[in-house]
Amino acid sequence: MLPKWFNEWNKANPTNVFGPAIAIGIVGSAVFVAALLVTWGNPVQTESMQTGPRGTGMSVPEYNVARKAEDPTVAGYSSAPPVVPGAGAARAGDVIDNAEPLLADLTPENYERIVNAMRTWTGISVLFDGEENYQTVVARRMIQMTQNLNENWAGHVNVNGDAGVNCYTCHRGEAVPSDVWFNVTPVNENVGGWAADQNRATSMSSSTSLPSTALEVYLTDYDSQVNVHDLESRVAGVPGLDDDVHTIQKTEMTFSLMNYFSNSLGVNCVFCHNSRAFYDGAQVTPQWSTAQQGRQMVIELNQEYLIPLKDTYPAERLGPIYADAPKVGCRTCHKGYQKPLQGMNMVADWPELASTEAPVYE
Amino acid sequence: MFNTEYQNIFTQVQVQGNPEWGMDDSGEMMAERGGKPWFSTLAGWIGNAQIGPIYLGWTGMVSLATGLIWFVMVGINMLSQVGFSIPEFIRQLFWLALEPPSPEYGLSMPPLDEGGWYIIASFFLLVSVMTWLLRSYLLAAEHKMGKHVFWAFAAAVWLFLVLGLFRPVLMGSWSEAVPYGIFPHLDWTTAFSIRYGNLYYNPFHCLSIVFLYGSVLLFCMHGGTILAVTRYGGDRELEQIYDRGTATERAALFWRWTMGFNATMEGIHRWAWWFAVLTPITGGIGILLTGTVVDNWFIWAQEHNFAPAYDGAYGYEDYGSYEAFIGKED
Repeated sequence: MLPKWFNEWNKANPTNVFGPAIAIGIVGSAVFVAALLVTWGNPVQTESMQTGPRGTGMSVPEYNVARKAEDPTVAGYSSAPPVVPGAGAARAGDVIDNAEPLLADLTPENYERIVNAMRTWTGISVLFDGEENYQTVVARRMIQMTQNLNENWAGHVNVNGDAGVNCYTCHRGEAVPSDVWFNVTPVNENVGGWAADQNRATSMSSSTSLPSTALEVYLTDYDSQVNVHDLESRVAGVPGLDDDVHTIQKTEMTFSLMNYFSNSLGVNCVFCHNSRAFYDGAQVTPQWSTAQQGRQMVIELNQEYLIPLKDTYPAERLGPIYADAPKVGCRTCHKGYQKPLQGMNMVADWPELASTEAPVYE
Repeated sequence: MFNTEYQNIFTQVQVQGNPEWGMDDSGEMMAERGGKPWFSTLAGWIGNAQIGPIYLGWTGMVSLATGLIWFVMVGINMLSQVGFSIPEFIRQLFWLALEPPSPEYGLSMPPLDEGGWYIIASFFLLVSVMTWLLRSYLLAAEHKMGKHVFWAFAAAVWLFLVLGLFRPVLMGSWSEAVPYGIFPHLDWTTAFSIRYGNLYYNPFHCLSIVFLYGSVLLFCMHGGTILAVTRYGGDRELEQIYDRGTATERAALFWRWTMGFNATMEGIHRWAWWFAVLTPITGGIGILLTGTVVDNWFIWAQEHNFAPAYDGAYGYEDYGSYEAFIGKED
């Protein structure tokens, strides 16, 4: 097929074409990829939020794809401004049959407004249709819980701009909020003590082999202490036998809790800590205090509001293993974001939920 | 252009012939050598193509038997923890562990299901490792070799003993030992560093890292140098020690011109041996001091003036806003 002179020339001039071909292939591919990156941009660009002094490496990186994407549940939120009551406005308790006692002092307009909103936020259409629905009884307690959060826990929920909370902060349109949790430990069979509570990929260990007990202890027990460090370079004592000498095991539980915290907020260790000295109060960010307060807040929510509701729920709403009441943690509100609903103000339209006092309309 | 065969990662010359059985000057040594030798081309790519025979000896027998007992004991405990479900065992394999005793037992013997199995398994592992160490000594003696490999392995055994025996005893609690599990022993490592205020401020941990990374660097430099002068007979390193040829001269010149100093054909092996051996020796010292002499390495480092201070604010508010970060700034 090829001319004879070419075949003869080819035979007389043997050349290794593979070497140059490989070289050209590699260089050509590199140029091609470089051209793509320059023209289309880096597909995995990140941005970092600096959280500490230069030199400490404190920053929270995030992919731009996730960073710029709006929390999809923000768009699903509906709100309605309050109707300022005129002089001598009617009282819902007098006008509406079987009005919810907790909301009976509102005007009928505002009563309808908040009940409708709560039905939308939770997706429960029969809410406040009467006490034969357990949801009504639970909702009554949930209103008090929300008022308590906005009134007494501003140090957590309003720490960085007015945000507050309402039903939607947890529920996001679902009857049962996502990321509630139940007791699961012990997780291992035929073994006692420490080994029974860890070394198993569970939802409560965020699929790590760390202990599954962290939330059960640190998010329900008022007396629990998370810290494990000695505050002097040498402290005598035997771990496990002396109370103030902490064990590796307790450290792993702390680690498990911290892992849950960071997953819940979509951040890393250095959002709160300077990781070279986790314990050092002089090297933590203001977010560390916010998180501390958040833990106390969650313990109160679980102990005062959620665990006591156990007997109110039907069986299918209780925990799969111990039939315990559903409990909340960081993720129940935060859902992977530093600020729930990316900092949207949830209470501006809802003076009824802002305080246990009578709402102030403006 | 690209046909320089010495750049290949695989051995370029394989020798396969009649299997080498080793000498038997006393006439009694063959008795311990077992297994019919055979050749593997695959093994030949990375080392000697001949597989076997193996010299078991009483130390090898004891070591393998006790090691197997430890291995099976750990495995059965893991299997038991998932209720003897094989699929769950496979699924959770990397998560499962045989844990050391719970902290409240101190140095006493706990019930079997709360760490007792761990103590028994650890005893078998101890016997296994120590007899294997002895085996490395006895085999070197049999070959009338120096005991360098024995001492090198002993350095690693030192770290093993510190982690599982010396330190728990000094701490007064078996709960301080390392769990037998893939992820759990990594959890232990992280928790250990965090609990004692950041192990990176432990100077012996620093030394261990220096020797570990140094070993890698030396290994790479030495391997590269010898491969580069193999064409001049540089791979005959021992002959080059006492009869320095052009390979050694070139290798030495290369490094002397590159950095002003060069090792020798003998010295490089002493460098490498000491770097490797000092890695677990210094590491073991660092572990042994942790919790026994120093409980918070960061504070210790501050007391000894080598934890630097950084100026600047903590918290993102001083560097930007959350709204700006998520691109929602008005």
